[in-house]
Amino acid sequence: MITARVTVTLKNGVLDPQGKAIEGALGALGFQGIGQVRQGKVFDLTVDTDDRAKAESDVKAMCDKLLANTVIENYTISLD
Amino acid sequence: MKSAVVQLPGLNRDRDMITALTMISGKPPVTIWQTETEIPDVDLIVIPGGFSYGDYLRCGAIAARMPVMQAIKAKAEQGVRVLGVCNGFQILVEAGLLPGALMRNASLKFVCKEIKLEVVNASTDFTRAYAEGQIIRCPVAHHDGNYFADAETLKEIEGNSQVVFRYAGGTNPNGSMNDIAAVTNARGNVLGMMPHPENLIEAAHGGSDGRALFASALDVIAA
Repeated sequence: MITARVTVTLKNGVLDPQGKAIEGALGALGFQGIGQVRQGKVFDLTVDTDDRAKAESDVKAMCDKLLANTVIENYTISLD
Repeated sequence: MKSAVVQLPGLNRDRDMITALTMISGKPPVTIWQTETEIPDVDLIVIPGGFSYGDYLRCGAIAARMPVMQAIKAKAEQGVRVLGVCNGFQILVEAGLLPGALMRNASLKFVCKEIKLEVVNASTDFTRAYAEGQIIRCPVAHHDGNYFADAETLKEIEGNSQVVFRYAGGTNPNGSMNDIAAVTNARGNVLGMMPHPENLIEAAHGGSDGRALFASALDVIAA
């Protein structure tokens, strides 16, 4: 069993209204000097195999097919 | 012309769409369920609005991966007209049938109101009954209608006249780039739009500005 963590983030240049709102809220709480906030998503998956190369290629396919919209998002995969 | 309406769990504008298609073409559309892999012989397939699969992950993302979408893609490649409204538009971009993406509204708020649209391209299969430059009224109701495309894609769709409607008169409700409210694919037989033309087709709706869209798509334009 392999655990994989997928992190999906917006590509540079893609407008992130939610990140902007969070940025504003942090400023309102008195946090100083926040350059920019970008909101993303994290997926933790368990893959029923001991073959790390297979797990990585399977998770990559999952990202390309569903977990990320590569028009607007990038993703990274880390295996435990 | 024969039409079909796609039904998926969470889509809730299907009945409005069935009513509009029935009223304008004179015959009811067939309905297609999400698991179907064979689409009946129709000239127009409509994906209505709603919240397919709860809009989990991203709006339209899960619906776009259902078996029925592969079948719709194949029909679109044969030249069958495909119209996606609201969630239907989100599903079409997620399925890769249309360029770009639909992001959270810039205001972060759900918008439900009437806006104005400019008919930017009146020579498509969906807009022939309008005049170029005509300003029409249309309702919108969505949380994620903020059209985004990278600079290269934007240039391409603008250059190819794939932008069919723009929000007009300062009524852009969601922050969409270039005020884009509707786009087609390069071939012009697939149209996605955030506004709801099916909700402005008769006097009881307070107007019928949306009617010409269905009249165009269903070839029921008076000669």
